[in-house]
Amino acid sequence: MSGHSTYQPQSAFMKWMEARLPIASLIHSSFVSYPTPRNLNYWWTFGGILSLMLGAQILTGIVLVMHYVPQETMAFNSVEHIMRDVNYGWLLRYLHSNGASMFFVAVYIHMFRGMYYGSYKEPREVLWILGVIIYLLMMATGFLGYTLPWGQMSFWGATVITNFFSAIPLVGEAVVTWLWGGFAVGNPTLQRFFSLHYLLPFVIAGVVLLHVWALHVVGQNNPTGIEPKSSKDTVPFTPYATVKDGFFMVVFMIVFAWFVFYTPNYLGHADNYIPANPAVTPAHIVPEWYYLPFYAILRAVPDKLLGVIALFASILILMFLPWLDTSKVKSARYRPLFRQFFWIFVAVCLGLGWLGAKPAEGGYVIAARILTIYYFAHFLIILPLLGFIEKTKPLPNSIEESVLGHGAAAPKKA
Amino acid sequence: MTLQRSLLALVLAAGFAAPFAMPAGAAEGAPEPPRQSWSFSGPFGKFDRAQLQRGFKVYKEVCANCHSLSLVSFRNLAEPGGPGYTPAQAAAVAAEYKVQDGPNDAGEMFERPGRPADRFPKPFPNDNAARAANGGALPPDLSVMAKARTYERGFPRFIIDIFTQYQEQGPDYLVALMTGYEDAPQGFNLPAGTHYNKYFPGHAIGMPNPLNEGQVTYDDGSPTTPLQYARDVTAFMMWTAEPHMEARKRIGFQVMIFLIVFAGLMYFTKKKVWSDVHGHA
Ligand code: HEC
Ligand code: HEM
Repeated sequence: MSGHSTYQPQSAFMKWMEARLPIASLIHSSFVSYPTPRNLNYWWTFGGILSLMLGAQILTGIVLVMHYVPQETMAFNSVEHIMRDVNYGWLLRYLHSNGASMFFVAVYIHMFRGMYYGSYKEPREVLWILGVIIYLLMMATGFLGYTLPWGQMSFWGATVITNFFSAIPLVGEAVVTWLWGGFAVGNPTLQRFFSLHYLLPFVIAGVVLLHVWALHVVGQNNPTGIEPKSSKDTVPFTPYATVKDGFFMVVFMIVFAWFVFYTPNYLGHADNYIPANPAVTPAHIVPEWYYLPFYAILRAVPDKLLGVIALFASILILMFLPWLDTSKVKSARYRPLFRQFFWIFVAVCLGLGWLGAKPAEGGYVIAARILTIYYFAHFLIILPLLGFIEKTKPLPNSIEESVLGHGAAAPKKA
Repeated sequence: MTLQRSLLALVLAAGFAAPFAMPAGAAEGAPEPPRQSWSFSGPFGKFDRAQLQRGFKVYKEVCANCHSLSLVSFRNLAEPGGPGYTPAQAAAVAAEYKVQDGPNDAGEMFERPGRPADRFPKPFPNDNAARAANGGALPPDLSVMAKARTYERGFPRFIIDIFTQYQEQGPDYLVALMTGYEDAPQGFNLPAGTHYNKYFPGHAIGMPNPLNEGQVTYDDGSPTTPLQYARDVTAFMMWTAEPHMEARKRIGFQVMIFLIVFAGLMYFTKKKVWSDVHGHA
């Protein structure tokens, strides 16, 4: 979306259009001639995969809504109606429910990729913050969507999460009543959650446009973390990035299809096949897997209000990452110490995820506390200090040099 | 980062993308339900038609006295991927039932024989009546029961399950439950009107042992043991919970073949396109 367009309108109509709304040259400069670093690895294909998943979720979601009934006494059965009586309804529903999980798999890989290669650093701070906003919106959308089938986990998950807000001093109870539209989770809650679940993906799509716009202003980072210096460091988006992204999208779809067709309920909870019942609390209320690390952080803190604060802080801290990481070198390739701490951090996140699914008792709570402290220490102590004490490896002079050693042959133009 | 290490991380991440469900069926202290061998497990799994028909017979003659099956219609019995009845047979089953309809022109409700489009009628007019007849315990609807129960698999089995496609925790629990009635151990305080069951969470279940030797006659020579009944009725419940499972797995295989071939073509296209960029394979 910046000015590298080499687009020349051919037909008389396209020339006429170009003088009025240069949308063709915008698309051309964004997705055809746009220069991408020549050394991107497959971890860079997840942005495209995320776009694909967002489109897939919107598409399957819109068709599901044609059959779904957002009403307390009918929601559960309308989902079963989709599973049984709607042509390929089972496919639509399993695509949408597993699609949400795959969306999160992709976003976590995408974010860890950014952390590993320092993609959040100057000049990509705004790009990164927009990403965190997308992630927050995704979490909200996933949570709202999970209440819609109105099973036991839907109901009790919604009850537990909305109850977080009761921790707010003085007005907490009033806020929760306002969110519920009543004195408990019920029909008004379901209807507003449905409305918002339909709305938010389009908000996400809007922020994704900003995210991609910011990306095209600053350009992509790459595994060396050094900026492209000449056209020898880059290749045109089409065909190089298009075909590479396309290949990995198909690979990703194989994994997606495995879950959809072979183990479609693996990522869900059996309890959600029991219709919502306010009179019966499930033995263990467990959120969807993608919230588990944060659920562990919440329960690690003994005080309710502080727990909720820790939960939100653990996500919002990501916004400050560009300034918490003090190292001038971006990529972990040249940061031997950071690289080790990165993998420890990944392990800590997975560990918190595992603990989030365990009952909050005994050794589990102690472990969750230790990992929670480490989680915050990673951002507040380790990253700021590493920039000062770490001895980084020498950087190559250019992307081209890192790929070829020395000398180069320029790739053909698209 | 080396690719191997990244891949390891990816596999681990995928592994943690797991259900840590501890639903109603997973009781602390209850033994793990034994694994059954199911005709419908695995990527090519199909229902055993004869087993579904036997299971339906058990449901009709035993369970239907207490449990509803409210999401299932008679016509489903004749749909592909199910017990394999003909439409005429399904209509005959429907006609055995009395269904309430109305109001008619005179404004009155009336009873008529069931039709294929009708749902299975409920044994009790409402939940309170069902509770009153069952010592206060509510017999749950069995339509999606096979997906509504499970037991905890724990690390690392829940990761292995992704690859082996083991997802019959629910059916395995149901068989164990129906064959898990025993005398309460010494000192166990069994509340009045409940029965001791090894696999039920908390062990005190409101349902009396539903299956006894020879209770249902089979005309295909299958054994008439409680274990056989339990397996058959569970397979039937798996079908009612997932009536399009066979189509799903069949289409899934076609999709997999398509995607793998497509990925291969994309890979070689990518290789060709990138071949003029030096330093790239
Ligand atoms: C005499 C009535 C009666 C009959 C017959 C009966 N059940 Fe039940 N069933 C109950 C009641 C009551 C409960 C609820 C028990 C409780 O919650 O304590 C129950 C519960 C269940 C459950 C849920 C257990 C759980 O994990 O929560 C299943 C599954 C079940 N029955 C299956 C069957 C099957 C299959 C049959 C036929 C072979 C059958 N039942 C026959 C009364 C009956
Ligand atoms: C709906 C969700 C999202 C979509 C559709 C999306 C889309 C994209 C696309 C298409 C790219 C370019 C390709 C790539 O580099 O992978 C990209 C880059 C990027 N995204 Fe996202 N993204 C999403 C969420 C996020 C989130 C949650 C974050 C971080 C919190 C994030 C951070 C980044 C960063 C830092 C880049 C630049 C990476 C680089 O060039 O090294 N994105 N995104």
